[in-house]
Amino acid sequence: MLTCLKFVVLLLLLSSRSCDGLQFNDIDEEVELVAQSSRYGSLWPLPQKVQLSDVSFKLTTSSFRIVDAKESSAGPSCSLLQNAYRRYYDYIFENAKKSWQAKGKRTGPSELGELQVWITSADSECDGYPSVTSDESYELTVNQPFAVLKAPKVWGALHGLETFSQLVYKDEFGTKNINQTTISDFPRFAHRGILLDSSRHFLPIKVILANLETMAMNKFNVFHWHIVDDQSFPYLSRTFPQLSQKGAYHPYTHVYTPADVKMVIEFARLRGIRVVPEYDTPGHTQSWGKGQADLLTPCYAGSKPSGAFGPVNPILNTTYDFMTQFFKEISTVFPDAYIHLGGDEVDFTCWKSNPDIQKFMEQQGFGQDYSKLESFYIQKLLNIVSTTNKGYMIWQEVFDNGVKLKPDTVIHVWKGNAQQYKNEMANVTSSGYQTLLSTPWYLNRISYGQDWQGFYKADPQDFKGTEEQKKLVIGGEACLWGEYVDATNLTPRLWPRASAVAERLWSAKDVTDISDAFNRLSAHRCRMVERDIPAEPLFSSYCPHEYKGV
Amino acid sequence: LAPHRPPRDRPTPPLRGPGCRPRAPLRRCPRYIPPLRVWPMPQISASSPEQYPLNPEAFYFEYGRQSEAQPGCSVLDAAFKRYFSLIFPDYFPVTKNFELFHDILIFLDVPISLKYNLSVCAGQASLKAETVWGALRGLETFSQLVYQDDFGSFFVNKTDIEDFPRFQFRGILLDTSRHYLPVQAILKTLDAMAYSKFNVFHWHIVDDPSFPYQSQTFPDLSAKGAFHPMTHIYTQTDVQRVISYARLRGIRVLPEFDSPGHTQSWGKGQSDLLTPCYKGGTPSGAFGPVNPTLPSTYQFIARLFKEVSSVFPDSYIHLGGDEVNFFCWKSNPDVRAFMQKMGFGTDFTKLEAFYMESIVNITSTLNKTAIVWQDVFDYHELLHIWKGVPYDYTKELSRITKAGKRVVLAAPWYINHIAYGQDWRKSYTVQPLNFSGTEEQKKLVIGGEVCMWGEYVDATNLTPRLWPRASAAAERLWSDEKQTSSVEKAFPRLQDFRCKLLRRGIQAEPLYVGHCRHEYQGI
Repeated sequence: MLTCLKFVVLLLLLSSRSCDGLQFNDIDEEVELVAQSSRYGSLWPLPQKVQLSDVSFKLTTSSFRIVDAKESSAGPSCSLLQNAYRRYYDYIFENAKKSWQAKGKRTGPSELGELQVWITSADSECDGYPSVTSDESYELTVNQPFAVLKAPKVWGALHGLETFSQLVYKDEFGTKNINQTTISDFPRFAHRGILLDSSRHFLPIKVILANLETMAMNKFNVFHWHIVDDQSFPYLSRTFPQLSQKGAYHPYTHVYTPADVKMVIEFARLRGIRVVPEYDTPGHTQSWGKGQADLLTPCYAGSKPSGAFGPVNPILNTTYDFMTQFFKEISTVFPDAYIHLGGDEVDFTCWKSNPDIQKFMEQQGFGQDYSKLESFYIQKLLNIVSTTNKGYMIWQEVFDNGVKLKPDTVIHVWKGNAQQYKNEMANVTSSGYQTLLSTPWYLNRISYGQDWQGFYKADPQDFKGTEEQKKLVIGGEACLWGEYVDATNLTPRLWPRASAVAERLWSAKDVTDISDAFNRLSAHRCRMVERDIPAEPLFSSYCPHEYKGV
Repeated sequence: LAPHRPPRDRPTPPLRGPGCRPRAPLRRCPRYIPPLRVWPMPQISASSPEQYPLNPEAFYFEYGRQSEAQPGCSVLDAAFKRYFSLIFPDYFPVTKNFELFHDILIFLDVPISLKYNLSVCAGQASLKAETVWGALRGLETFSQLVYQDDFGSFFVNKTDIEDFPRFQFRGILLDTSRHYLPVQAILKTLDAMAYSKFNVFHWHIVDDPSFPYQSQTFPDLSAKGAFHPMTHIYTQTDVQRVISYARLRGIRVLPEFDSPGHTQSWGKGQSDLLTPCYKGGTPSGAFGPVNPTLPSTYQFIARLFKEVSSVFPDSYIHLGGDEVNFFCWKSNPDVRAFMQKMGFGTDFTKLEAFYMESIVNITSTLNKTAIVWQDVFDYHELLHIWKGVPYDYTKELSRITKAGKRVVLAAPWYINHIAYGQDWRKSYTVQPLNFSGTEEQKKLVIGGEVCMWGEYVDATNLTPRLWPRASAAAERLWSDEKQTSSVEKAFPRLQDFRCKLLRRGIQAEPLYVGHCRHEYQGI
């Protein structure tokens, strides 16, 4: 491997003078990781229970169908499933759209003619939104004369369709095959998320949709939309249009209109993905101040305002009036039961400089403890959000600062090294709160080599605590913060690195074999590439169909 | 906003190029005057607040009357076309017979020196260069001088530029063996290279993992050694396409056929080429580097290189010669017998030198200049690298140039190594001539190269990983080091340049938070 540093030397004359007195170079043959085929083919994330046989059936474009089982509680009116059938048919047959219309012909003896999708519970939830308590389980039986996918709800059926499509492979003649298989599957964790940051860089809708599509291929079910931050406010608010008018990078080309947001939410719903928006306050709000006067704290230099602004001003009633109206809008725009309220990295220097704040601190008896002021603000904010009947998630600092929280609050752990985050998980859960882990999965932090292995090895329940505490871990999120990421590099930077997190959050705890994971993940990344997702390579290798979107 | 001025220690060139008409009266209302935002920074430049509108309907390029190159010059004819749409990205000609009045025109004049001179004044701009290759760089600079105001109108400011590269060799290495890069990805890279004024595409075309070059003489090499014999190869047509695409952009294509190590894929299509490794007294089934003891090896290399040197017109050929692992040679009894016969004792570096000397001789009979990796020059330092000691390339530069060898520097620009944050700053602050040595020694450093090895890179992530990070090295290799020593000053100009790349369809990643007027529209 050419991993060491070199020069290129231009030789006009090559003398052998330089070759005297050299030592032996006693290095063993290098062993390079070469993808082998796994016993489990290209399944990713690995289902909970898989039984594979060597018996294979053919699938043909002209006759294969995905249909509703007669007993299914979801019928042709369930557009979520009908859309999914079409999508997966296209994936299975590599966009052979024409043949979809072709007339069915009789299936041969070794052919699989149908996949029947059977929603078993009375309420399929077809027209609903997925939630943290959604049943995502499914059972898949591939056998003649037809395959059956059974799921209590449509959410499980979506995952089962993905799994079915992953079982299909091409033989050397290009024919599609699937082996006789029995799978029973369900997620280990209910919350399996990806955080994208559309404030540091604006992400065109197309990029967000492509990543929702890829999330579905990896059985992720939460899109944590870190939609606004210091740098820009691209969310077009109907109540406060000035926020994006003044706070976005550009008021027309770099904003998300209500229609855009609706499209993202529906696109996600059709793939069983929740959209949890994050409106981070009181810090990380520089861009809010541009369109909303008096919202941010004026910082002082000496006895005069410096012209700079700090976090949200927690001492004004107008602040809370604004928040009430704003979150009322957010709670109707985003159907998910949770809103992420941020609360991280509040810088106290500006608050400290402001004489009005100092006075307020005195009145309230906070002394010099500005975290009490932060708590004061958060407490009021939580009360406001509670009136909208939404649950909330917050970054760990809010918990660390001792803010009083509702018992169903989800604490999002993101700080520290391995030991520190494990302690934090233990503390949060011993206080009885539900928690989400992100610390080991900051995918924006890149380094040379196969860093997916580190993501793969982290386990959110790997901390000291009781069984009860472990149950409070509802999952984790891979975060791709946007300082160095935009539409140009987001997708290859996220995939397949986030896929490693996907398997950790979905598959059984004991699925930890790195070399088997490498083999399956290599094949899985080639499948994403074949589906036009520019997922980057794990190591030297090739895909039968290389990425064509250059 | 003040116009860009060259540093004080340089004489300010007259703000009046040849052919400039008397200055037009300045407009009354103050307009936005952009600072000179050209990347890489030209050697000498002066611009003024005076701005001229460019009308896409009336703008055209024209060969100067006294120019040696005239219509029919393929490189410039094509470049005029290309740069027209780069300058006016949204413009599609709507009227068929547009008026030909002299708004701004560019022509090539008689050669005056090695540099190109670009002078933009009212009514016309003139570009003088000794060769078409200089003219291409001048066109690139001109295209970067043009900007759009908020209403979409095009402007260029009165500008005089005298420019030439600091180093003659400014390369990018792509590795098409560890991952196959579709031809389209290579062509896109060549486009972006021209925008940063790179002039050498070092094509590390084959290596251990695969042999995608389809040889006319030895078709089995790719038939058996490529990842796939049909879809993952470069046919002769592909190679010709790359070479001519590069030529039109003033880029040389330097092929590398690395041996005797890094040749696992060669062995699949050419039996007896690689050394059989032994375990105990029997062949283990594994193969090592090229077998240097057989005459058939040299016959093969001679025929292969004869083909390569006729396919690739460049006068240089890269022979590799890096990281040869002696383990397999040592195990092989025939190799050991050969060592004894040649009097090499147990010094396998002598065997490697013997091999390299033989193939360098082969290339010189083909009238090609050989380039090799530094390992061939000295093995001691390589051991240090394996042990992970930080590598001091300035010492190496002193040593190698002292021996009178010409050098291309690649060590600080291995940009396949990625890290979190703005690592372009490191590439930018490299000082290639900051080593102890005489003036004569410094002249032996003919340039540098940015390497994008392919272990973790393919068509999915190549472009954003390469750009704009490689552009940092481009400026170091082109521009005057004193004028471009500040990373902070370079930052906004590079940000601006990366937005230009986006506008031109190059998927260049962001340097830091912010936005471009036209964001990338793919995924």
